[in-house]
Amino acid sequence: MSATASAIHVEHKPGFFSRWLFTTNHKDIGTLYLVFSLLMFLTGGSLAMMIRAELFEPGLQLFDPEFFNQLTTMHAIIMVFGAVMPAFVGLANWLLPMQLGAPDMALPRMNNWSFWILPFAFAMLASTFFMQGGAPAAGWTLYPPLSLQGGDSFPFVIFGIHLLGISSIMGAINIIATVINMRAPGMTLLRMPLFCWTWLITAFLLLAVMPVFAGSVTMLLTDRFFGTSFFNAAGGGDPVLYQHIFWFFGHPEVYIMILPAFGVISEIIPAFARKPLFGYTSMVYATASIAFLSFIVWVHHMFTVGLPLGGELFFMYATMLIAVPTGIKIFNWVATMWQGSMTFETPMLFAIAFVILFTIGGFSGLMLAITPADFQYHDTYFVVAHFHYVLVPGSVFALMAATYYWLPKWTGHRYDEKLGKIHFWLSAVSVNILFFPQHFLGLAGMPRRIPDYSPQFAGFNMVSSIGGFAFGLSQLLFVYIIIRTIRGGAPASARVWEGAKGLEWTLPSPPPHHSFTEPPPIDDDLLEHTPADDVNDV
Amino acid sequence: MGFATVRSRHTQSLAAVVLALVATPLQVAGADWGMNMTKGVTGFSRDVYHLHMLIFSICVVIGFIAFGAMIYSMIKHRKSRGATAAQFHHSTKVEIIWTVIPFLILVGMAVPATRTLILMEETGHADMTVKVTGYQWMWKYEYLDEGISFYSRLARNSDFARRPESGTDVRSVENYLLEVDHHVVLPTHTKIRFLLTAGDVIHAWWVPALGWKRDAIPGFINQAWTMIDKEGIYRGQCAELCGKDHGFMPIVVEAVSPEKYKTWVTQRLAEQSGKAADQNAVVAN
Repeated sequence: MSATASAIHVEHKPGFFSRWLFTTNHKDIGTLYLVFSLLMFLTGGSLAMMIRAELFEPGLQLFDPEFFNQLTTMHAIIMVFGAVMPAFVGLANWLLPMQLGAPDMALPRMNNWSFWILPFAFAMLASTFFMQGGAPAAGWTLYPPLSLQGGDSFPFVIFGIHLLGISSIMGAINIIATVINMRAPGMTLLRMPLFCWTWLITAFLLLAVMPVFAGSVTMLLTDRFFGTSFFNAAGGGDPVLYQHIFWFFGHPEVYIMILPAFGVISEIIPAFARKPLFGYTSMVYATASIAFLSFIVWVHHMFTVGLPLGGELFFMYATMLIAVPTGIKIFNWVATMWQGSMTFETPMLFAIAFVILFTIGGFSGLMLAITPADFQYHDTYFVVAHFHYVLVPGSVFALMAATYYWLPKWTGHRYDEKLGKIHFWLSAVSVNILFFPQHFLGLAGMPRRIPDYSPQFAGFNMVSSIGGFAFGLSQLLFVYIIIRTIRGGAPASARVWEGAKGLEWTLPSPPPHHSFTEPPPIDDDLLEHTPADDVNDV
Repeated sequence: MGFATVRSRHTQSLAAVVLALVATPLQVAGADWGMNMTKGVTGFSRDVYHLHMLIFSICVVIGFIAFGAMIYSMIKHRKSRGATAAQFHHSTKVEIIWTVIPFLILVGMAVPATRTLILMEETGHADMTVKVTGYQWMWKYEYLDEGISFYSRLARNSDFARRPESGTDVRSVENYLLEVDHHVVLPTHTKIRFLLTAGDVIHAWWVPALGWKRDAIPGFINQAWTMIDKEGIYRGQCAELCGKDHGFMPIVVEAVSPEKYKTWVTQRLAEQSGKAADQNAVVAN
């Protein structure tokens, strides 16, 4: 049976376009997602550079206010839906089958379509810059009535969002089906790497909320074109209804963007501490708790809309509660480091920076949860600082850590460690120069989404912009390192990293196009965690 | 010995670069370098400030502990120092401890937060009411008890200076982007109820010195109250993206003693009826 399968495979030599357009192979699709997300990261980043250039000094130097609003809106849409989410899906595609001992994802053809929707959707979104009225300019949150004032771009944005949602939903179905059904015999759920757990839970979040997002933007569409009044008081509707529906999606969405990052960090720290992950089962429960809680906190994005007291109190308490499972995860990572035997290669540097800087983002999040204080923070740069801390030195650093960690496995070449470290230090320093002063700007009274500001805010804006330019430039080094490693480098062994555990490290680097065509034997020594480990040490 | 010299040379040049980078923006004209929330001029704003500082301090302490442990570990527990990895990886006792203690800390935070929030919601027994309406891109104020009404727009000099073709250095404009043609004059030591709404899209009314902001939503009326302790001028901005000039529709509250406020009311009403008389005269003729 397997002999026939490999014989058929050897004769199959697709051309370049056939291979990449029609591939159903999880490794190729993972590569497509990762390359696409890198391009989107650079695109969204360029928009950010334009924003920081305008905000470098008070006064309007470069852009008019309408275009500035398009920049902020598109920067967010591209980063959230084009960079961060597809990058994590790319990691899932590459790693889940290898980590589970599966030959591929459960639904390989649907997997191909999940990817190829994305370039089409983003090409359409990018084209809105050239339409009458320009790109959408109401913020990525698209609140009505403002979003309904949009120009010709409006229906294209709605259509684009629907396409992105379909891609994510199909991807989520694939991931759940793969994790539930395709694990090699012996790979029980509690033997899975934590990365698989975090993606399993994330996939459920995606299934639950992407349809809600689709619903909310469809209601925007019908309000604009088909005479409905969902969000129009004159017709019996309410603009705040949109905010509730959007944020019911929006809050789980931010956890969709961070849970896989938690999974990545939980793979990397044990490897470089040469010590098992502390509290594996706890980490699974904490991830599930965060996912559950993420459904009942959405109103904290809307504390100033005019809520009843009971509502404000409930959502304040529920939001504060999320700090508990999140804190548990942080403490578990520190406990993993504690009394390890650590080395600090580039993946570990990014992982440690994640733990510290994501925690800082978590602290500002806790401050934002306090409703009466939020009346002063809401819609200021304090919020901008908070979410950029959890997303950039949070999610993005985790993606960079993952890239450095697994790139030798994917390409068969070791990246240049010295260059990797330079990229790390440039990024870690500049990201703080970029975002830390934004806390001060918000506290001092600077609102968000403004192209020009009172000179009292000039100092920290200039510092932030300098940090932004440095951070942006540093990412060119990242691109260079990746391209160079793909093209060549010192050969990577199967295990690559001394402390790495998991089935992917039993495969050669690079792994064969089809791996685990026969289910591998599950040897507990190869794994990061087995249920036998769950006996109290302390 | 050689290594130490090389390192100190590197450190010196690094310090010089950092100093140069820092010194340049430090000379930024007009910059205030404000880093913290204002204490404000109302009881509520002070409560909010203290709440903010309380949560912040607790976070700093927790941060020191967690990051301290990490830094210690990174120095001591490294392979290059010959550390060998322990293999412990599980402890129900420890997990319970670092679940319960944070939970108790959160309860400690929630108590003063709840108290402050409940106080904010007491909009009853107000001495006067001001209706605020947000428009693209200006505010309208109506003093419902006095019958005063006016629009308040970005001051002319700011509006001119912000246009790139004007060639003005915005730093030469006093209160650039934070001045309006008609201030919202309010009496101190008076409980003022605000009714907030909008005429087109969602805006938000925010004066940091008062300690709160509230969305102005078309078709709906929001309520808030304030009692200002101190005379003075307090500036704020629209705080909800409302289109191209979202950053150009500020708010200026001028708090005066109740006596001066009464004088202003009389003046304002006279101006309004004078204008009305002029308009009637034009129509009649």
